[in-house]
Formats: sequence, structure tokens, C-alpha cells
Amino acid sequence: MPTLVLERHRGGTLRDVGGRGRGPSGGDAAPGREPAPVGTGLLGVAAFLAAVTMLFLAFTSAYLARRQEAGWPAFSPPWVLWVNTAVLLVSSGTLDWARRRIRSGDAAGLRRGVEWTAALGLLFVLGQLAAWRQLAARGLYLTTNPHSSFFYVLTAVHGAHLLGGVVALATVLLRSWQGRYTAQAHAGVTNCAVYWHFMDLLWLYLFVLLFWV
Amino acid sequence: MDAVAVRQPEMAHEPHPRESFIRHYIFSIDHKMIGKQYFLTTMFMALVGGAMAMLMRAHLGWPDNGVLSPEQYLQAVTMHGTIMIFFFLTVMLTGGLGNLLIPLMIGARDMAFPFLNMISYWTFVPGVITILLSYFVPGGPAGNGWTAYAPLSAVPAAEGGAGLGQTLWIIAILFVVISSLFGSLNFLTTVINLRTRGMSMGRLPLTIWGAFVTAVLALLSFPVLMAALGLLLLDRLAGTSFFEASNLIIGGAASTHQGGDALLWQHLFWFFGHPEVYILILTPMGVVSDIISTFSRKPIFGYKAMVLSLAAIGFLSFLVWGHHMFVSGMHPLLGAAFMGSTIIIAIPSAIKTFNWCTTLWHGRIHFTTAMLFAIGFVSVFVTGGLSGIFLAIAPVDLYLHDTYFIVAHFHFVMASASLFAILAGTYYWFPKFFGRMMNETLGKIHFALTFLGIYGTFYPMHFIGLHSNDRRLYETTAYPFLSHTGPVDVFVSLSAFLLGFAQLFFIANFLWSLKYGPVAGDNPWHANGLEWTTTTPPPHGNWEGALPAVYRWPYDYSVPGARDDYVPQTVQAIPLVAAAGAGGGEA
Repeated sequence: MPTLVLERHRGGTLRDVGGRGRGPSGGDAAPGREPAPVGTGLLGVAAFLAAVTMLFLAFTSAYLARRQEAGWPAFSPPWVLWVNTAVLLVSSGTLDWARRRIRSGDAAGLRRGVEWTAALGLLFVLGQLAAWRQLAARGLYLTTNPHSSFFYVLTAVHGAHLLGGVVALATVLLRSWQGRYTAQAHAGVTNCAVYWHFMDLLWLYLFVLLFWV
Repeated sequence: MDAVAVRQPEMAHEPHPRESFIRHYIFSIDHKMIGKQYFLTTMFMALVGGAMAMLMRAHLGWPDNGVLSPEQYLQAVTMHGTIMIFFFLTVMLTGGLGNLLIPLMIGARDMAFPFLNMISYWTFVPGVITILLSYFVPGGPAGNGWTAYAPLSAVPAAEGGAGLGQTLWIIAILFVVISSLFGSLNFLTTVINLRTRGMSMGRLPLTIWGAFVTAVLALLSFPVLMAALGLLLLDRLAGTSFFEASNLIIGGAASTHQGGDALLWQHLFWFFGHPEVYILILTPMGVVSDIISTFSRKPIFGYKAMVLSLAAIGFLSFLVWGHHMFVSGMHPLLGAAFMGSTIIIAIPSAIKTFNWCTTLWHGRIHFTTAMLFAIGFVSVFVTGGLSGIFLAIAPVDLYLHDTYFIVAHFHFVMASASLFAILAGTYYWFPKFFGRMMNETLGKIHFALTFLGIYGTFYPMHFIGLHSNDRRLYETTAYPFLSHTGPVDVFVSLSAFLLGFAQLFFIANFLWSLKYGPVAGDNPWHANGLEWTTTTPPPHGNWEGALPAVYRWPYDYSVPGARDDYVPQTVQAIPLVAAAGAGGGEA
């Protein structure tokens, strides 16, 4: 016989339960649709963050390759970056606070926390612009040397992604006004928080990469 | 014996009221309509890319006629590669076939993020417009190869198309990259989370496995290209020095750029570029597996090995980019490492090839046009794969690098193979999406001429390449050592014209069948996949009523004792032959 019989034999006949798929998760069609272990939205955010990770890994490898060159003209970080870092860390804190508020059903608390987070996020972006001004005042422009080129590019790309996060926060706010989030169902808040914390960590990574590697 | 229908209120689509023309045909969020938009757009781009190839061959066959100037020739080469890879194959396989097939084959109403899906198509369209626009700017389109190596691509004054044309090229590719990222994010999430009940990962059709691994590769490799393109754009527009080296003399004047690293571009580009060629071949491998199984009326041989080899090829594709750079000045040890990882890819590829052959073995083969193209895929894939072994060996590659040998290699293993699978898939799934069968006679003429055209065009290129004819050489008559390859070039050009001519049969068949083809039933091929269980063409939401439940893999063909030679995935218990049905035939 050239073919494989893929039926599970029960009671000696081919009839009752259907064939098994091969591979790890083959099996019967269960009576209800099992809920997916990871929500669709969160999966989408995770996939997006994987792509963001690859984007910054590419920048990192380009940066490290250029960093090897003799006479690398490094400059010290503008002081405002320390303030920005603190602002961004606090914004992660406020967002986490907001998420805990909605977990106990407090939608007004959620909105207050999200508003604070978005404000701090915008403040961070303004702070990054201030850092650009401080560098420019020191005569360091985009084309001055490779270090300044990478600094401007990496902060700009990170800032753009963070602004995307602010848009996501605004969406959360809007949906909260529409009463869409409850103590039990607030996946949108969680997904947004995952993205925001990732942007926070990404900034810490870039800060270290640009000035202490 | 029907599918056991299970109501899933949370997944049910409301029946839509009749949508306006714009919502239905232009800004549709239905994956089938988006898939058709992608399909037609990329088919159009294939014609543009094909026209470029015809121009190239018109020059190369008769180089003294001056069909193209040197600049135009390089631009034709560049645009042929760019359009075929980025605007035809990549997007056809992901945006076209992926969109059309993924929800239908896994039993979903639509993609996980239908709105993002629409955005993805409408990010691709500006890319198409930008690349076509670049033909009409001063200096013409980019002429630097689809790889856009720095410093030629970084210096606007380098050559004719290196000005605005190259800038538009970068912007166009950025659009495609972003569009593909949206798409692959969507595909990945859809395959993981929206499978209908019973559709375990171990029961996925191999087409979906191919599309799934492709989505992973695209998601992880396109951002790298995006970074490289962004830096390149800054080098061109803002005067940074990421890739443009110091002390370049351009037009008699020294460049102001300092310390850029042209090799960095190659590393970044090929880190994306090698996964990219597997983005172009993994979905075709899946499509061909499904078609061969259907028309051999046999289960696919070695399903698990097929899945594992897809995954292995996907994983290895990130470790082999250096084999594109053997002559770029690499540490010999590093070259040896890349050589090793490259040769290892032959193992999963061979597993797949043997499994296709063993699926055919002892099958009851139906030579439909789709099947012919699927078998043709195996043929061109093997031909191209074997020359790949030569090119993987670093010392051999030193001689063959950038000759027509490599042109022959990748046109067989990647371009033709991918094209054959797309055509096979079109003949196979056309009835489902357009409700009519394509004409088999025209289809077989199309196959025969295409197959001959492909081999006639690309096989002799191996010999031209072994004669050291450089792949970008314009003036092939200027070198005595190439005097013997002139007649071969004429033959190649004539074959290429035959190949181009053959596609007219496809276009005619496609358009004629849309209107006049025999009406296809729901399951004209007697195939098992979930897409054949819905009506033809599938309604909005893909299944009237509840989504089907899946009880088996899609390869239960010719099950011994069964009444029919196919058992769709939705069949819970196999209806047996009446005579042999003691205790089991009632179903």
C-alpha cells in the first residue's frame, strides 16, 4: 500500500474520531474553541517589537563596526539626557500605576495615569530636542562626525517610535472614555504598556550604547 | 457526510450591507479583495520587469545594434532585478498568495488585523508609483543593481541614474519594506491565533507553513534593510558618512565625506538579502507540496520533515549572508565558516526535493497545468540548487562571482522556481477565487513554452559564465576571450523572447477564463484543504454560518478502504466503501 492510514483506530474501525494530524499539536477538534494563550493584540505588539529590535540591532552592528575605527571622536552626553532618562522612567511608573488602577476597576484612575504618561512622554521628546540643541551649541551636527551622526539618527528613530506610543496612549484614553475597559477586560491597556516599557528599556540601551560602550 | 458546524458567536461576521464601490474595491478590508489587489498590481509589475529583461536581451543578443546605451543597459538590469524581486515575487507571495490563502486555509474569517492589511496594500502602492516615477526624472532610474552597493549608490554624481533616480529607488523600497512588515506581522498573528478549532499546527497545509516561516523571516530581516536604507538616504541627502568613504574623487573633486564604510552596506544588505531569497522560495515550496500531493492523489511524503526543513532553511538563512561577499575582502576563516553554513542548507533542500519525488512515486498523477508547473518547479529548483553547490565553495566562487554562472544559478533556484510556483498556484486556486476554471489547453501550451524558454534562456548562461562573462558587462564584443559566446548570447536572447511570448498565453487565458471559463464547483480538484469546503467564490467572512471544524490533516488522499480518494479536513469519520463498510459506513 503506497499510502499511510492516518486514522486512530478505536474499536477496530476507521470511523469514529477523525484522523490525527501529524506533529506536536495534532488531535481532535475540541468541543469549544480554546482561548488562545496569548491575545491577538499582544501577539501583534510582540511581533512589532521583534521588528523594532531587529531595526535597532542593525543600527547597533553598524555603530559597533564604525566604533572600531581609529580616532573615534567620542563626545560626552549633554546633561539634559539624564533628566530625560528620569522622565521616561517615571512615565513607565505612571503607566504601571494606571494599569493597576484599571485592574481594580478604576477607569478614572486609568485615565489620569495615562494622561500623565503621555505628558511625560511628550516631555521626554522635548527633552531630546533640547539635547539636540545642546549638541548643536557645542558645534556637533548630524554630519560632524560618525558619533554625532549615530546620536542624531538613533535618538530620532527612538523618538519617532515613542511618539507612536503616545498615539497609542491617546487611543487608550479615547477608548476609556467610551467605557471599553473594565477590571477584567483591558487588553488594550496591557498591550500599550508593553510597548511603552519596551521603548523605555530601548532608550536605556541606546543611552548606554552611545556613551558607555 | 458534512462538516460538523459549530457556532462561534464571538467570531461571526455580521452579513454586510452592500458596500459602496470604494469600500468594496478600493479601500477594502476583506483579505480576498486585498489579495486580488496585490495579485493584479504585482502581475502588472511583472510585466514591467519582464519588459526590462526583454530590452536587456535585445541588447545582449546583438550588442552592435545599440538598442540600449551603456547607462540605459545598467538601468534596465537594475530595474529588472528591483521590480522582479521587490515588486513582483516578494509581494506576490506574501501580499498576493498569502492574503488570499491564509485565512481560507486555516479557517478564519479574515486576517487578525484587517485594517492594517488594507494599510499594508496602500503603503505598497506609493512604492509602485515612486519606482515607476523614477523612469521620468532627469538621469533616469537607478542603475546600480538591485543590491545598491555603496559607494555608487551613495554618491549622487556617480552615474546617470545615481541622482534623483537612486533617491526615489530608496524611497520606493522603503515603502515596500514597511508594507511587507505590516503584512508579515498580520500573517504571523493570524496563523498563530486565528486557526479554527481542530486546526493544530501539525495539521496546517504546507503552504501555510511556508507562509508562516516567510512571515518570520520578513519580520526579522526587513528592518535591517530599513536601517541600511535610512542611513543610505542620509548619506545622499544630509551629507553624513555612513557608507561613503573618504578621499573619493568624484568628477575631479575630492568628496567631503569622511571615513564611511562601503563594506558595512554589503553586510547590512546581505543580512537582509539572504533571508529575502528564502522569502521568495519558502511559500512556493509549500504551494508545490500541496499541489503535488493533490494531483498525485497521495499524502505528502514526510510532512514533519517538510515542516522541519522549512524551519531549518529559515533559521540557516540568517547565518549565510557572507557567501555573497567572498570576494569583498573577508577573513579566510570567516569565509570558511560561511561556506560551511551555506553547504548545510543543501540538506533541508534535498530533504524537500526527495519528499516531492517520493510523493509522486506510485501516485495516480493527474497532469493538470497546475501539476505541470509544480513538477517544473522541482526541476528548476534542482537545476539551480546544484549550481549553488559550486557557488557555495569559496575558492570556486572567486572565479564564478559576478559572472553569468551566478545569473543562471539564481534565476533557476529562486526566480524561475518562485515564478513556477506562482503560476501553479494561480492555475490551482483561480477557480476558487474567480469561480471559473482556466483553460487547460492554453495552460499546457503556456507551460511547455515557459519551461523550454526558461531552460533555453538560463541553462546556456552557465557556459557563458564559465567563460568569465561578467554579468553587468555591456560591451560583450570588445574582449577576444568572449568571441565564442556571441552565438550563445543570440540563442539565449531568442529563448528569452520565447519565454516572454509564452506569457501572452497566460494573460489571454486569465482574462478569457474570468468571463468565459467553465463554471467551477466548490471543489473542482477534489482536494482536501479547508479552502475547498466553502462556496466558490467565498463570501465575505469566508464561510456562510459557522466556521468549519477540522478533524484531520489536508493530505488524506487515497485512504485505503475509503469511498472517495480524498477526505476533506472537515470530515470527522471516513465514509467507507459499501462492501467493506461493515460497522463503519454510515458516517
